[in-house]
Amino acid sequence: MSYTFQWYLVQNNMPKLLAAALVTLELTALAIAIGVVLGLLVSLARMSGVKPLAWVASAYVDFFRGTPLLVQIFLIHYGVSSFFGYTPVPFISAVAALGINSGAYVAEIFRGGIQAVDRGQMEAARSLGMSWGQSMRHVVIPQAFRISVPALGNEVIALLKDTSLVAVISVVELMNQGRLIVGRTPRYLEVYLTIAILYFVMTKSIAFLVGRLERRLKTGDHGNRPL
Amino acid sequence: MITVTDLYKNFGRLAVLRGVSCHIKEGEVVVVIGPSGSGKSTFLRCLNHLETITSGEIVIDGIRLTDRETDINKIRREVGMVFQRFNLFPHKTALGNITLAPVTVKGMPLSEAEKLGRRLLAKVGLAEKADAYPDQLSGGQQQRVAIARALAMEPRVMLFDEPTSALDPEMVGEVLAVMKDLAREGMTMVVVSHEMGFAREVGDRVFFMDEGCIVEEGTPAEIFGNPRHERTKAFLSKIL
Ligand SMILES: Nc1ncnc2c1ncn2[C@@H]1O[C@H](COP(=O)(O)OP(=O)(O)O)[C@@H](O)[C@H]1O
Ligand SMILES: [Mg+2]
Repeated sequence: MSYTFQWYLVQNNMPKLLAAALVTLELTALAIAIGVVLGLLVSLARMSGVKPLAWVASAYVDFFRGTPLLVQIFLIHYGVSSFFGYTPVPFISAVAALGINSGAYVAEIFRGGIQAVDRGQMEAARSLGMSWGQSMRHVVIPQAFRISVPALGNEVIALLKDTSLVAVISVVELMNQGRLIVGRTPRYLEVYLTIAILYFVMTKSIAFLVGRLERRLKTGDHGNRPL
Repeated sequence: MITVTDLYKNFGRLAVLRGVSCHIKEGEVVVVIGPSGSGKSTFLRCLNHLETITSGEIVIDGIRLTDRETDINKIRREVGMVFQRFNLFPHKTALGNITLAPVTVKGMPLSEAEKLGRRLLAKVGLAEKADAYPDQLSGGQQQRVAIARALAMEPRVMLFDEPTSALDPEMVGEVLAVMKDLAREGMTMVVVSHEMGFAREVGDRVFFMDEGCIVEEGTPAEIFGNPRHERTKAFLSKIL
């Protein structure tokens, strides 16, 4: 058995693959932005003590964590087109689906982070006359965010890998570009190995950046340790 | 200044405060003592509405805490609280801890709040620690910053919940000294503490609490020198 690895294929397709990798990064960045905003709102809603609000927030988290992302992508893309009678731009559907899905996970991360902040912090803030919202914003959330950084980093990495699923609604991101290339030249090993390496480089880079951020926060971590 | 009438507080089925009544005059320093679990912290927390009371009435400075129209945050501005474990905000400097509430709650300009903050830090003897973070400060220093933080809202009453019991012995004095200064300036204070020296020196009255009631009250000399109730005697014999 002899297999000749066709390097020229890698070389010739590199510009296309890099452009597609950029789309993957764009999808990840936009989706995590939506996910963080949504996740923060949802985690606050769950802890607000306002029953209907908390209920809707929990239902959202349960639904999007409890069903496959692939189904959600189809649901959002084709669901919208059959319901409203027009087909959204696939890229928009993709960002929406990934962002909404990520929001459910981020909400859980923030909820854990907020619960990990000492109760005395909220009490001290309230005792100074700050409202619940002010106390959350200025005292609890900044600390919860620090606690959440490692988990958020993992979420970004998971999300980046999940963007490969939106190939099914024909967004030309890295995975889909690969499929298009092998459709024309069926050299699976060259193409998918290159793609795997590109994904790996991206996730490793994110892990590195998150690690640095974590260390920066740690040296500036002024934990109020109980005696 | 503070009038408490028949205050009850339950946690579920556990009755923690069982008919507490008292009157605290302006400028008075009241020291609350009693065994662990007797409801001292809960009593203070009710005064600051960190706990919702089950029944009874609390009137502070003419404002009834239980009235629906009463803005609780407004009351909390009038009542400062110092906690056993300091509860400083770890992500803010000493100065940042002090300026946060005046800026966010009162809308004070930051420059003015910082001026106030530095003045208060100087008052508690920490002028040079403005830019230090809580974990760069000793326990005693942290507690003094916490006192300055509470004072920044210009409260009319200060509540202290065992302010020195989490401190190493050598740091107790510096915190008590700040509290004594405050007392001499005429601040109305309710202090949960078993520091007898402090109680004798600046306390006007001592409340002995047990099982959710104020069992006995009197001047420090009366309570420590000549307790009337058996439970007070038993408690004092244990801690003295
Ligand atoms: N949030 C709470 N939920 C339930 N029980 C509580 C709560 N806070 C205090 N307690 C109970 O109330 C009682 C009195 O507590 P506390 O006021 O802290 O007493 P002290 O400060 O005198 O030691 C204790 O039995 C304690 O377990
Ligand atoms: Mg206590």
